[in-house]
Amino acid sequence: MRYSKASEPGPALGHQHLRRALGWSAIVTLALTAWWGLLISPPDVVQGQLVRILYLHPAVATMCYAGFGLCTLASLAWLWSRTRSRRWDRLAVAGAEVGSVFCLVTLVTGSIWGRATWGVWWTWDPRLTLTAILFAMSLGYLALRRSIDNSHARSVASSVVALLMALTVVVDHYATSWWNSLHQGTTLWKPDPTVHGWQLATMLLSFLAFGLLTAWVVLHRYQLEVLEDRYEQEGTQVALAARRSEAASPGLAGPGQPGPSGPGSDLTGAATRDEPSTAKTPSELGAR
Amino acid sequence: MLAVRFRRAVAFAGRYPLLAGVDLDIQAGEIVALRGPNGAGKTSLLRAIGGLLPLSSGEATVLGLDPVADARALRRRIGLLGHRNGLYDDLSALENVRFAARVAGARKGAAEVALERLGLGARLGAMPVSRLSAGQRRRVALAALLAREPELWLLDEPHAGLDATHRRLLDDLLLAASDRGATVVVASHEATTAAALAGRTVEVAGGTVTGGLIEAGPPPGTPRPTALVEASAYVA
Amino acid sequence: MWHDALLVAAKDLRIERRSRVSLNQVVPYALMVLLLFGFAFDQDRSLLAQAAPGLFWLAVVFAGLPAVQRSFAIEAADGASDNMRMSGLDPAGIFLGKVAAITLQLFVIEAILVGGVVVLFHSRLAGGALLAATTVISTAGVAGAGVAYGALSVGLRVRETLLPLLLAPVLAPVVLAATQAWRSALGLSTTSPGGGWRWFGLLVAFTGVYLAGGVLTFGTLIEET
Repeated sequence: MRYSKASEPGPALGHQHLRRALGWSAIVTLALTAWWGLLISPPDVVQGQLVRILYLHPAVATMCYAGFGLCTLASLAWLWSRTRSRRWDRLAVAGAEVGSVFCLVTLVTGSIWGRATWGVWWTWDPRLTLTAILFAMSLGYLALRRSIDNSHARSVASSVVALLMALTVVVDHYATSWWNSLHQGTTLWKPDPTVHGWQLATMLLSFLAFGLLTAWVVLHRYQLEVLEDRYEQEGTQVALAARRSEAASPGLAGPGQPGPSGPGSDLTGAATRDEPSTAKTPSELGAR
Repeated sequence: MLAVRFRRAVAFAGRYPLLAGVDLDIQAGEIVALRGPNGAGKTSLLRAIGGLLPLSSGEATVLGLDPVADARALRRRIGLLGHRNGLYDDLSALENVRFAARVAGARKGAAEVALERLGLGARLGAMPVSRLSAGQRRRVALAALLAREPELWLLDEPHAGLDATHRRLLDDLLLAASDRGATVVVASHEATTAAALAGRTVEVAGGTVTGGLIEAGPPPGTPRPTALVEASAYVA
Repeated sequence: MWHDALLVAAKDLRIERRSRVSLNQVVPYALMVLLLFGFAFDQDRSLLAQAAPGLFWLAVVFAGLPAVQRSFAIEAADGASDNMRMSGLDPAGIFLGKVAAITLQLFVIEAILVGGVVVLFHSRLAGGALLAATTVISTAGVAGAGVAYGALSVGLRVRETLLPLLLAPVLAPVVLAATQAWRSALGLSTTSPGGGWRWFGLLVAFTGVYLAGGVLTFGTLIEET
């Protein structure tokens, strides 16, 4: 993805056409996938109707990993001082949110598959286990993001956590697969050589459809962050003006301020000076 | 030489502006009082000088360095006393002061001397901090600063909780530090305590300061938006 | 860095010696967890002996959480975290010092838990070298990850609830790998003893990631968040 340099200093909206084109093609390909997957493609010789989950689960799982991968790479780019830019943080949150939604869908569809195939909702398949851990981590990551107000602090904390978690996932990968091999467990998704014809075509189409959907949602999420930044910037100016005006109470005004009511203004000055002080105590707390 | 130089300093907590454009000069060796009501921005200003509050715009130089970028080099030279004392309740007064002194690389015995200077002898020094009174705890925190011998003292309401005797003791201590060339910045909402001590009083209000620059007269850089005049007209 | 780490570790351990929070609160809690496991497994002795390594490491993780929270609570109590930042301590030193203090406290808790596992679950200790090496490296890993995420959550409004959410999935591989290594050491596993050392290697990788990550990022974490 490319972003014009002009959008860097003041966040600007753009990519209208790109987003619209992505959105429409995602809808069309998703509809096609549903049509082909549910009506056109035949049931499998071995798996019967169950094969149709192949048109959903692998594509969604791949997009889930793609989302988390995007989050990790963007976090890395944000942390590296030479490429540091707000845009990476926006991409990171977009990737993480899309990833965790698709992660949940992956878990649910995988679970349904397991129930239909082995009669249990859950098997300790290494990839399913890893995906579950990944989902829990992504929830932690997003919860962390939500609990930090300051945008710089949020970017720092979340990018560090994203990297640490990505490294943990590597360890997790070995742990779950070794663990599984101890128990001669089954592997859910082996590349199935018998998939061909309509099945193969539908599966490939599902990858395209969910890929487009992911790109579309990520781009929208990115734009939402741009809008939030703009809102923050504009709110900042208003808040600054309001803050400075607190200094305008007569008791503290410089000699240039006219005192219309003569000596009595000193008294009112003292009174009004205390007025904003009580109102502002929470801000002192916020400073800490 | 300037110990502190702030220009158009702006700092935020989330969306709330803590500092709204501060121009401030403080000479090395000077004692300056920051005066203003609660919420004016005194604490934030002290934290910004200490590098705990990064600026979102404007310039800041403290002891010739950037308070945030050069934090590591700077912080051993600065002593900051916040609203809270920052003491470990389970340790004794002496252990608290000694920890601060060791971190700063102070010479042996500095902790005992500092406690003595603040009127806390061996008996009180051995007590867990949690058993001390509020004023005594404040003095332990001040002793921890003194043991480190900072070049720049940043004190947030240091007189709070101290009785008259110890207020004078603190004042003498700060004057002595200033005589040795240290710079002292004292924030206080009380007009009398800090002003008696300070060579210069800077008024803080609405996240801005008046009289922050050393040249007399209203500082040219101080933002005076129109809202300010309107608001005061409304009050009048 | 090492000098500062030593200062911080000594300070934290001294506070623990005075307050005895870990000893008087965390240890009984961890032992209680073992008892609860006994209830959950309905006194099935063979099952308990089989599951003992996993239950032991779960108890360690459960005990590690309050230990980490306590380590940061002493900094937050009186605004000491600002003090710690202003002290000029090397952040990597703070990180290593806190990790060392928590690791040592966890060692004490683990020693007592091992006693509990032997008495309550009738485990027989064996495979000394693998057992000890696994325990040391896993404990450092739990402490390292705990301090790294604990630093993050210290300034947050929701730290009590966020820390467990962040730590639980992150510590999952430690529970998995340490359990397997212990099973191998105690002869509960069908695989060769070499399998146990393979798990140990994975634990070394995990602990390495968190110790190196903490040393590199701790300064950024406490300064900029």
